[in-house]
Amino acid sequence: MNPVLENTWRDPPGLLGALSAIDHKTIGKRYLVTAFAFFAGAGILAALMRLQLARPENTLIGPDLYNQLFTTHGTVMMFLFAVPVMQGMAIYLVPLMVGARSVAFPRMNAFAYWVYLFGGLFIFTCLALDFGPDAGWFSYVPLAGPQYTPGKRADVWAQMITFTELSGLLAAVVVIATVFKLRTPGMTLARLPLFVWAMLATAFMILFAMPSVMVASTALILDRLVSTHFFNPAEGGDALLWQHLFWFFGHPEVYFIFIPGLAFMSSIIPTFSRRPIFGYPAIVMSLTATAFLSFGLWVHHMFATHIPELGKSFFTAASMLIALPTAIQIFCWIATMWTGRLRLAVPMLYMLAFFFILVLGGLTGLMVASVPLDLQLHDTYFVVAHLHYVLIGGAVFPLFGAWHYWFPKITGRMMSERLGKWQFWLFFVGFNVTFYPMHHLGLRGMPRRVYTYTDEMGWGPLNLLATAGAVVIAVSMVLFVIDVVTSLRRGALAGDNPWGAGTLEWATASPPPSYNFDRQPIVRARDPLWEPPFGLVPEPTHIVGLAERTREALVTTVQDAIPDHRLVFPNPTPWPFVSAVAVSIMFLGSIFTPWAIVWGGIPVALFVTLWFWPKREETDQAIAIEKRP
Amino acid sequence: MRWLVLLALLAAGCEREQRQYQLPTVQASFVKQGHVTTEKNAYALSQGKTLFRWFNCSGCHSNGGGGMGPALMDDKWRYGNNPEDIYASIMEGRPNGMPSFKGRINEDQAWQLVAYVRSMSGWARKDAAPGRNDSLYPGDPENMRDKRN
Amino acid sequence: MQEVLGSAGPQAAHIESLWWFTLAICAVVFIAILVAVGLAVMRRRVRAPTPPDLSVLTKKERGAEVAVVAALGVSLAGLIVLTLASFVTDRALASLGPPDLEIDVTGHQWWWDARYDDQDKQKIFTVANEIHIPVGKPVLLRLRADDVIHSFWVPNLSGKKDMIPGREATLTLQADKPGVYRGQCAEFCGAQHAKMALLFIADEKYEEWAAAQRKTAPEPATDQQKRGRDLFVNGRCAMCHAIQGTPASARRAPDLTHLMSRQTLAAGAVPNSIGHLAGWILDPTSIKPGANMPPNPMAPDDLHALLAYLGTLK
Repeated sequence: MNPVLENTWRDPPGLLGALSAIDHKTIGKRYLVTAFAFFAGAGILAALMRLQLARPENTLIGPDLYNQLFTTHGTVMMFLFAVPVMQGMAIYLVPLMVGARSVAFPRMNAFAYWVYLFGGLFIFTCLALDFGPDAGWFSYVPLAGPQYTPGKRADVWAQMITFTELSGLLAAVVVIATVFKLRTPGMTLARLPLFVWAMLATAFMILFAMPSVMVASTALILDRLVSTHFFNPAEGGDALLWQHLFWFFGHPEVYFIFIPGLAFMSSIIPTFSRRPIFGYPAIVMSLTATAFLSFGLWVHHMFATHIPELGKSFFTAASMLIALPTAIQIFCWIATMWTGRLRLAVPMLYMLAFFFILVLGGLTGLMVASVPLDLQLHDTYFVVAHLHYVLIGGAVFPLFGAWHYWFPKITGRMMSERLGKWQFWLFFVGFNVTFYPMHHLGLRGMPRRVYTYTDEMGWGPLNLLATAGAVVIAVSMVLFVIDVVTSLRRGALAGDNPWGAGTLEWATASPPPSYNFDRQPIVRARDPLWEPPFGLVPEPTHIVGLAERTREALVTTVQDAIPDHRLVFPNPTPWPFVSAVAVSIMFLGSIFTPWAIVWGGIPVALFVTLWFWPKREETDQAIAIEKRP
Repeated sequence: MRWLVLLALLAAGCEREQRQYQLPTVQASFVKQGHVTTEKNAYALSQGKTLFRWFNCSGCHSNGGGGMGPALMDDKWRYGNNPEDIYASIMEGRPNGMPSFKGRINEDQAWQLVAYVRSMSGWARKDAAPGRNDSLYPGDPENMRDKRN
Repeated sequence: MQEVLGSAGPQAAHIESLWWFTLAICAVVFIAILVAVGLAVMRRRVRAPTPPDLSVLTKKERGAEVAVVAALGVSLAGLIVLTLASFVTDRALASLGPPDLEIDVTGHQWWWDARYDDQDKQKIFTVANEIHIPVGKPVLLRLRADDVIHSFWVPNLSGKKDMIPGREATLTLQADKPGVYRGQCAEFCGAQHAKMALLFIADEKYEEWAAAQRKTAPEPATDQQKRGRDLFVNGRCAMCHAIQGTPASARRAPDLTHLMSRQTLAAGAVPNSIGHLAGWILDPTSIKPGANMPPNPMAPDDLHALLAYLGTLK
């Protein structure tokens, strides 16, 4: 513990301090807690849907509410849970893994979090007020357009997109800048932990994919509010245009939920196989290839529309091709486990579940990639099964593994192995009981997004089984919460490196101090804690000479992480919070009147100006440091 | 205070967003009430707009611009612009061509039409009034029209 | 009756054989990966963190490399086979001969309208929610949507095709076995997406059926039926529905000229019986909340007259 550094880098105390916090670990934890809260909320919506579908002709929930439930469930899970939770992981862990004291642009990072929080609260509030969106998480026009969704329900959806877009894009910029410029000396790109590579790929994908859905949702809200004709075929617009714009974002989105899952796999498997990962270069290339290829698949969501057959064939081939990079990674992990010595702790169980669930989901993915099969399977419960196998198997199971794995680092305490194993098996069994029958329901003709079905269709028993599985999942989630709460209070103390892992985040205390590292290490290998044994290398082993009384950090070059220049980081301030409130008010207002953009823009401009207004004291300090040596 | 704001929001949101699939059949004495809820409800207004098209009101009134029948989106109302008068015009008919729709349309539908007709000249709440249709129409949609007297 | 794996025509049969082929390959891959993972897990285990094995950094892992590259090669081959199988099936789907019959199918919120096209304009007729086709002959469907996007899907006969407003899609299919095949809208289309079904009937007596459908509605025989017709034509029904041979000619709701020849009401929501019909007329929202048919409270006499008349529309 270094009191001088602590004094320099810590967030201020009190309520104002909480609103001013910019420490990436604080923000990262907030992301995780918020995202898990939204996960629970959307999970409850799913449970309600399962109850409604448990038997034929059930009247528990009517069509109006059911449509709001499934729309909000999908929207929240995709936009407010899956993407932000991964970004939260990245914001917490990436600086620790690259040996930095902070993320780049820490204030913007805080701003991104607040915008995300307000966007999420907004959609849940609207659902409670009976105007939750009800046109599907994909909001196809014309159903979501002005004529067929009266009122403000679709605008709520479109504006929630704007919130998450803004937040997601800013967080992506933060991650990219941190990875490129704040790595500790010696951590060349070739030594970057695979976790960081994956988060970098994800951030770039977000940067290129999200503008597409932002254009689409803005066009939608303009169509609805001020009567533009983007999607009106009678005036030269096009309903299919929406689908292209949405899926050009929507398919990469699946992969920027999935790639962080791969990141967890590549971090946790080597630790529990007690060896460095097999095939590091192949995995990096695969991640990059996945990121690129995922932008060439969007049409496979639109095979049932009348796009020319030759064009569809191209997307079939591309959709098949993207299985290869994932296959490479799976083979490399198997090779790592095969040649290593496995330790089956709870995080590793989740990794093994990936091989069962994700591989099954990936294989059904090959089925729906084929045009003829997709024409039958598209928009049936088969696809519901497929997407949950891919997203829960590929992202949520690894995420729970990651949670168990990094929980000791974040809180300083271990989670319970026993409860963890119970929770794992309940989740694993519950998941398969819920979603496996849906493959069969799809083949037996049950379409998605139906609020009920008649008895004679014969879908009753399998739906009841799925609902029973959902109950088991719910029990496992309750166990998880109990495990987290009791471990927070009474868990065994973790120590710096409870798993004996090799990456830099385990080199510091658990939980890490506000300044991350007492002395920032210099890196000479991919797994710095393993090879050569930490601390036994020739000098220098640490960065020296940076000011400790201001937030000074070393900026290094993009490729080889050679020291480049020193940079003074900004201090905590409440302006990001205030600006986020102003931006939220502007977004909310623009649901009701276009003038909200004009009048709401004034406070935003004012607060952002105050945010960036230089302080004489800070400028003096910076100048003083510049002159010293 | 916060709860009050929330309650107000709740009330406004519910009134506007509710899908009244099953309107209680309006009794003559509750005429006023029927129209009040209908006019604030986006779904009812939108149904009114659909029925206006389906029942071919535009055949004479031409999207509210007027033709064989009088214009509906201006400030001149021959028989008054309050909901009861419009309801009477629809259900009883008027001389010089306006037929009576009594017995041909449901009372709820009539109130939906009344609410929609009033929205044509900006008498409905803007956040509940319909937006543009997916069709050719050069003018401003109902949710962009200002109130005319 | 609404099954992907119960093909009753060439289109669905092509897809079904592709399904079994793909499933076989995928099952082999799945089992292979699980076996590999299982063996890897069982090989060497430790209970507590041991020092990491760093020898792999200096030695060449020839065995693992060969295994990974080989697995990759097999995966690539498998993917190419699957892609080619998909393309071959795609071509097979496009090879159905010129159609014997052309039907315009339009999706509405939440019912289906089908207009049987014919060179002879006199022979064109319209039905709703129940489409009969001849057995063993290709049929061309021209698909349109009136309001929002719907998707036409009769899984026993063919894959689905979206109906997008402002565009026209076509789908050719053929039923080889006579039978009743249920279909359902497959694209979310609003409140009653769940209750937008249709029956597709491969009818051995298609020509007889078509001839009956071309006829106009019979004149009512009894006084009660006459009263029913007057109620229909001069009351609320005719605002949206049509009955050929009467002044009722609105096109906003299903054509009821031969209502009683159909097996279901309200796009497959309930079976077609007098009891259900009465319930549907009086209070549609309890069967299909959100449907555009309004409630029609009426006196028992009127209802009986109306039902008596509708009962003659065979």
